[in-house]
Amino acid sequence: MKPISRIIIAISALLMIGAYFFPLWLITLDAPQYPEGLSMSLWIDKLAGDINTINGLNHYIGMKHLSTEMFSEFLYLKYIVAGIICCVLLTALSNNKKVLLGLVIILFVSGVVGMYDFWQWEYDYGHNLINTAAIKVPGMSYQPPLFGYKDLLNFTAGSFPDVGGYAVIIPAFLIVFVFIYEWFFTKKK
Amino acid sequence: MKHSIINKLNMNKWLTFFVLFSALFVSCTGKKKAGSAVSGDAAQKVYVAPGKYDELYLFNSGGFSGQVSAYGLPSGRLLKVIPVFSQNPENGYGYTEETKPMLMTSHGFIPWDDSHHPQLSRVDGNNDGRWLFINANNTPRIARLNLSTFTTEEIIELPNSGGNHSSPFCTENTEYVVGGTRFSVPIEGDLDVPINSYKQTFKGTLSFVKVEKEKGTMNLAFQLLVPGVNYDLARAGKGVSHGWVFFSCYNSEKANTLLEVNASQHDKDFVMAVNWKKAEEYIAQGKGKKTKAKYAHNVYSHSTHSATSTMLEDVLMLDVKELKDICYFIPCPKSPHGCDVNPSGEFIVASGKLAAVIPVFSFKKIQDAIAAKAFEGEFDGVPVIKYEAALAGEVEKPGLGPLHTEFDDKGFAYTSMFVSSEIVKWEVATRKIIDRVPTYYSIGHLCVPGGDNKNPYGKYVIALDKITKDRYLPTGPELTQSAQLYDITGEKMKMLLDFPTIGEPHYAQAIPAELVTKNQVKAYKLEENKHPYLTKMESEAKVVRNGKDIHIYMTMIRSHFTPDNIEGVKVGDVVYFHITNLEQDWDVPHGFAVKGANVSELLIMPGETQTIKWEPKEVGIFPFYCTDFCSALHQEMQGYLRISPASSKTPLMFGTNVAAVEKK
Repeated sequence: MKPISRIIIAISALLMIGAYFFPLWLITLDAPQYPEGLSMSLWIDKLAGDINTINGLNHYIGMKHLSTEMFSEFLYLKYIVAGIICCVLLTALSNNKKVLLGLVIILFVSGVVGMYDFWQWEYDYGHNLINTAAIKVPGMSYQPPLFGYKDLLNFTAGSFPDVGGYAVIIPAFLIVFVFIYEWFFTKKK
Repeated sequence: MKHSIINKLNMNKWLTFFVLFSALFVSCTGKKKAGSAVSGDAAQKVYVAPGKYDELYLFNSGGFSGQVSAYGLPSGRLLKVIPVFSQNPENGYGYTEETKPMLMTSHGFIPWDDSHHPQLSRVDGNNDGRWLFINANNTPRIARLNLSTFTTEEIIELPNSGGNHSSPFCTENTEYVVGGTRFSVPIEGDLDVPINSYKQTFKGTLSFVKVEKEKGTMNLAFQLLVPGVNYDLARAGKGVSHGWVFFSCYNSEKANTLLEVNASQHDKDFVMAVNWKKAEEYIAQGKGKKTKAKYAHNVYSHSTHSATSTMLEDVLMLDVKELKDICYFIPCPKSPHGCDVNPSGEFIVASGKLAAVIPVFSFKKIQDAIAAKAFEGEFDGVPVIKYEAALAGEVEKPGLGPLHTEFDDKGFAYTSMFVSSEIVKWEVATRKIIDRVPTYYSIGHLCVPGGDNKNPYGKYVIALDKITKDRYLPTGPELTQSAQLYDITGEKMKMLLDFPTIGEPHYAQAIPAELVTKNQVKAYKLEENKHPYLTKMESEAKVVRNGKDIHIYMTMIRSHFTPDNIEGVKVGDVVYFHITNLEQDWDVPHGFAVKGANVSELLIMPGETQTIKWEPKEVGIFPFYCTDFCSALHQEMQGYLRISPASSKTPLMFGTNVAAVEKK
């Protein structure tokens, strides 16, 4: 591998540490009577934001009570991210394109599994409603968007990565670019 | 008998004189119609688009309503009525167990008063937007409102006072707020004296209430024992005159009956200049005398969400007859009302209600006169400075019935004219009249935003009027009072808006909105709630019997009460509903009302706990419900309380969404 590739990979590993200091994902809710907006952020080990207010609203339609405890992911996510950072660092040290290929596969699989896990939780949270809910709209479910905006009754819900999320996603893409560069655009020694 | 006939003759003469003079004035100036008084772009200047904020807050006294109202300017939109000296069933102020102590006095619980002069706290002579003080006129008190919550936080009673009118004017850095007796009364010794012994036995007091720098807590630092006349208004010095307060006085005749005639005889009454720094020096030397006095001090805490009322026992009194260089009288034409200090602090403008000129006194000349002992004598042991020695000059022919003056940022003064119902603009430096504009009708005080500050905000003057008559759609014999907004950015004053007010808009102060909005509290934090009957979560809700007392620890959240079914309470019990609003969101109060309660509803803010006392008198099922439309399921937010006969064996039971559960 070119030294520049190894440096970019090493920097990527450092950037990923940001996942521990900033929220990973942000879900926003907008409605006319909430001009100040409501939001919930997912950190590496907790939920934060207007959780009580969102719970207060969601209980009308029978959605579950949100809490950090309802996500077992918060218990092990920090170790998974640590593992990924180690893999990235080892790749930089290894100076081996096959290891780099392995890393790209790990990142790809982690990303897909992570988003699937998130989608699955959203599906459950939006569909699995308490049947004594006060407001029941036939055929209506409240699954938040995986990415982007979606109208849910009087709210517009938005779902986007936050600073900590970008701190992982951008380096991941950098690593993919490095891989493409190394694999297809440099001569084999 | 003969005496009173002479008085009546006098009165008739006066009335005739007034009517003729007023008529003459009106015919000279020509009757101005309101329509012509509004300029073409007025609507544009007061239009605040939906969702946009006003530029200023206007804190308007409620006068005989006892409250304070907050308006937005320039729109004139009513934002809130803040209960201060009167009970307010709308939110339970003065009805709940927590707020009842706020209205305690040495005379017991008083549900009403007459609030006159709002006064914003200040730093370096400019409003800082932290607190608003206001006086109770009838049972002498001063209240402090916190502008981060728009609630009354403290009320202190002023003893030895017969009506607290010249109050609560505030010194340059809010060191003190003052109070002066409108009525002099007997203060020391035998209080059971003939009323016509006024001249010998009646005294006045001026109270200096110290305001703590950080929290604003008030304490009555000292009172000055002063001659027995009527103390009307006051303003503190600032800049060069910092350390002094000026009080206007009328009834130098010391009349005790038919004052409208008998207190209008002297050509000159007084402005009293008070050197409070000198008073502080005397106190430091131990010259003050601790005297017995009974007065209440009430403090509301946003931590316990409750008020306490403490009865205090004594006050430090300084007799200005003995301590001569604290107070000086300055003669002032005919029954002065306003006594206003210009932004630099050099000029004191006194408005004699019955005077033909507005005298402007110079602080420097007053100081020189005191140094040179340019006195014309003494009044009740207080030196009287020669009129000419204190005078900077007079505003000639200002109009009829000058009452009160405020100042803008460009060197102009604005004086209200009660009798001729107009505002007169004049230049402080030259005392030349620049412009006059009619008001609708009978203006009392007026307000320029920051008009008593070192750096006035200017831009508008607001007329505060006593009479509306034909100005709005009629509402029977009892009509609203009103305020008018004028643009003062040009040479000519231009009327922009005319709006009704609550109670009597006696006086008002205005402040740029951002000085207040930056401190706003959106909700009380539940984790900081130290109320002794707090219920922090639904699982802690309970009902406890203690003899005849039933304490219901209840929570409210959209959209249910916990508990909402209560049984085992009997006729003859005393029930306390201690209700905590568990919401932590912005603008989600809940209300509470129970059938047959002899008090008001509760209106409980997020994170707050409030209590009403209810004494069931008959057997039955009593519904209770949320009174503040809180959510789509607001109408479902309700519960039942079962009242059994006094002899009943029904055990105490309670619950929400379970069969009422028997208590252990």
